[in-house]
Amino acid sequence: MNVKINMKVNGTSYSHEVEPRTLLVHYLRDTLRLTGTHIGCDTSGCGACTIHLDGKAVKSCTLLAVQADGHELTTIEGLSSNGTLHPIQEGFNQEHGLQCGFCTPGMIMTALDLLHNNPKPTEEEIRHALEGNICRCTGYHNIVKSIQYAAKKM
Amino acid sequence: MSATTGYIGKSVKRVEDKRYTTGKGNYTDDIQLPGMTYGAFVRSPHANAKIKNIDTSKAKAKRGVVAIFTGADLAAVNGVPCGWQVNFKSGATMKEPKHPLLVADRTKHVGDPVAFIIAETREQAIDALEAVTVNYEKLGCVTNPAEAVKPGAPLVHDDVPNNICYDWELGNPKAEVNEAMSKASHVTTLEFVNQRLVPNAMEPRSYIGSYDPVHEKYTLYTSTQNPHLIRLLMCAFVLGIPEHKVRVVGPDVGGGFGSKIFHYTEEALVTWCAEKIRRPIKWTSERAESFLMDAHGRDHVTKAEMGFDKDGKIVALRVNTFANLGAYLSTFSTCVPTYLHGTLMQGLYTTPKINVDVTGVFTHTNAVDAYRGAGRPEATYLLERLIELGALEMGMDPVDIRFKNFIPPFDGVKQPGYQTQVALQYDSGNYEGVLKKGLDMLGYKEFRKQQKEAAKNGKLLGVGFSTYIEACGIAPSAVVGSLGARAGLYEVGQVRIQPTGKVSVFTGSHSHGQGHETTFSQVVADRLGIAMEDVEIIHGDSDSVAFGMGTYGSRSLAVGGSAIIKSLDKIIEKGKKIAAHKLEASSEDIEFANGKFTIKGTDKSMAFGEVALTAYVPHVYPKDLEPGLDFVSFYDPANFTYPFGCHIAVVEVDKETGKVTLKRFIAVDDVGTVINPMIVEGQIHGGVAQGVGQALYEGVEYDEDGQISNGSYMDYCMPRADDMPMFETGNQVTPCPHNPLGVKGAGEAGCIGSTPAVVNAVIDALWSSGKKVKDIRMPLTPERVWNAMQE
Repeated sequence: MNVKINMKVNGTSYSHEVEPRTLLVHYLRDTLRLTGTHIGCDTSGCGACTIHLDGKAVKSCTLLAVQADGHELTTIEGLSSNGTLHPIQEGFNQEHGLQCGFCTPGMIMTALDLLHNNPKPTEEEIRHALEGNICRCTGYHNIVKSIQYAAKKM
Repeated sequence: MSATTGYIGKSVKRVEDKRYTTGKGNYTDDIQLPGMTYGAFVRSPHANAKIKNIDTSKAKAKRGVVAIFTGADLAAVNGVPCGWQVNFKSGATMKEPKHPLLVADRTKHVGDPVAFIIAETREQAIDALEAVTVNYEKLGCVTNPAEAVKPGAPLVHDDVPNNICYDWELGNPKAEVNEAMSKASHVTTLEFVNQRLVPNAMEPRSYIGSYDPVHEKYTLYTSTQNPHLIRLLMCAFVLGIPEHKVRVVGPDVGGGFGSKIFHYTEEALVTWCAEKIRRPIKWTSERAESFLMDAHGRDHVTKAEMGFDKDGKIVALRVNTFANLGAYLSTFSTCVPTYLHGTLMQGLYTTPKINVDVTGVFTHTNAVDAYRGAGRPEATYLLERLIELGALEMGMDPVDIRFKNFIPPFDGVKQPGYQTQVALQYDSGNYEGVLKKGLDMLGYKEFRKQQKEAAKNGKLLGVGFSTYIEACGIAPSAVVGSLGARAGLYEVGQVRIQPTGKVSVFTGSHSHGQGHETTFSQVVADRLGIAMEDVEIIHGDSDSVAFGMGTYGSRSLAVGGSAIIKSLDKIIEKGKKIAAHKLEASSEDIEFANGKFTIKGTDKSMAFGEVALTAYVPHVYPKDLEPGLDFVSFYDPANFTYPFGCHIAVVEVDKETGKVTLKRFIAVDDVGTVINPMIVEGQIHGGVAQGVGQALYEGVEYDEDGQISNGSYMDYCMPRADDMPMFETGNQVTPCPHNPLGVKGAGEAGCIGSTPAVVNAVIDALWSSGKKVKDIRMPLTPERVWNAMQE
């Protein structure tokens, strides 16, 4: 019944047998114990589970683990290198872009996708890019500023 | 930063951010214990139904199922308690039906738990749900509180006549208010619904219960705002297990907004079951369950009248509210529409006669309790809509009418506090100050010109105001006790100076986004004249923190921070004795400043670290003094604190579609002394977004069967990034006169002030185009606004 999958997550190769119905987010959290990727809803509406698959932001609650077989993934844990925060992580700290921190990994991964494709976004473009991510704490004001901070630094 | 730099008042970057931005936060659902099992609930699909029988035999045989419990198994277990007793006007005790952990006989709202399945994996637990057969006999239901009190309405509890939990009133006698109202030259009346909201903290509730048979000790990990309170309620009232054998941990918590204050049935159930199966059990709510089960907020059906004299001075206020409590009483549900709502009816105005009458009503719906602001947003909405509508009806300016009615400035020291008609005594205030500042930021005259210009171009602009007050840090314990609270409302702060002078602070407050680790460190480092890096804040674990009442009602700094200050004072006092002995002086001659104990008028001193080391290595030490430098303090405030402010919304209404766009939002808040402006502004931003959410987007819709018809993120509209403008914040500081930091609290202000400002702005836009619309039911969806424009 179980299916063997192989994937590279944050630069490390993994191989596991999973139930075909296992959601990618559950595989990351339960099997790989990468719990920085969060689950905030059950309808792909909140974006807390956003990761990168082959360099593009995806909601890991909307993919099966088997769909990620053979792909390269980056989660929030893979963003900083050698203890140096990524400019977006730094921006969220400098501009107070987080409060409870639960939506933050998804916000950061979405912002990373935006800045890859559009390095100098306008405020409107940032807000539009964040449409699929809900934050209940910040009113988005400082999240927008955090991403503007990162855009300047990157 | 050098050790003696003042931290208070600086926007210090948050020390907790690193773990959150790198994915190293530790929320309850992130925790895996050895041998852990997973729970899932069979929940009632009906609002009101008799359970005829439950068959769990097929489910028990499913792969991976460890145990299944139903209501019959818990017949001897108490339900979860209500923490606040409100009495009927007659003096009779409120109706308080049992709120069972699992329902055995009759379900009372959709989602009521009927069976709890425990399995080896989450998927196996969910698989087994479908194999449980429950035979229901569906009965009629009622969801609207004003309907539920009518004769013949379906009863939620057979022994609660007319579904009335209590009736209650506050203020001046009705006859006096009626007389004043009858003499008013103008009376503005609003009949409206303050709609039901879902708090929607982004982290779904999650609990892990475990039991260690060797030490006979229980542990509950819970996404809560107040671990000690949960332990107290669960041990003393529900499970009857010894408190010293229970550890409750609230690790990182992903937002609360009130919804994680309460003691939920699932918390007690995972704890109880863990002892039965001798294995840890995790249950994490799905978002669909959150919509059904996390305590909701608001849900008032109200008629309110404000009487004015010919000059626009308010002469009387009369309020009648049916408050929906849901099917069961959640922990603080009963005090929200009464002591946190009726008591706020003075607002910022000199209204001489006020009567507020509230009926708390059971319906076949999920429980309603405190949601960000809790009663105060409902009171503010009512007052600020009435005064502004009154101005429109009388042809007055909405700003002028407020200046006419404001309570004059008072600092609570030279001038006494302001005694309201509705029990409270305000601590200090300068209400006209925040409005003046808000008007400057807006450019009011300029806006009115723009509004006219825009109208010529076919655009509909509106401005709305809200000048609010709230009551935070609810206290003191003796007063709240006399009003029905079944708990004290103090806070605990322990400061432990380590031998090397590093500082561990244990607080009973609980951070779930507020940044306590930063703000409290600023306060402690500042007082001790040491570096912030030398201070650690510990919270959320009943085994390490002495006691605590938790975080809600914007109380953490005003109450929890004051408890820490009390302990710091004791440490400095003891440090003076230690230093005096070593320096061969009298302790009265020692002063403490900038991290040094100095003999006054000399350069002879001891650094804070030296004193700390001496306390733990007491070789040269006062004879009658205990070694060590570690104090626990309980702080019970003298009064509530009363933050206030002025919120201004500018909106554009699309004439063709009715869509409302929030163009500007100005918030001038006076929350007393500010420790970290960045964090306070962040609290205001988030509160404003939630308040705007209520005005424009959010609201639970129950259908005639008691089903929530918008119970998911696909259907329940929350503010998203592209709905919000950049907020314009300003502040004013009127210190609180009765706590050591002069702080008032900032957590709820944004959510309390903002909602009526937005609705008033839409009404202003419509009146400016000649449509004299009194009210549009919240949320102000394009459809509702468009329909209002067609009238």
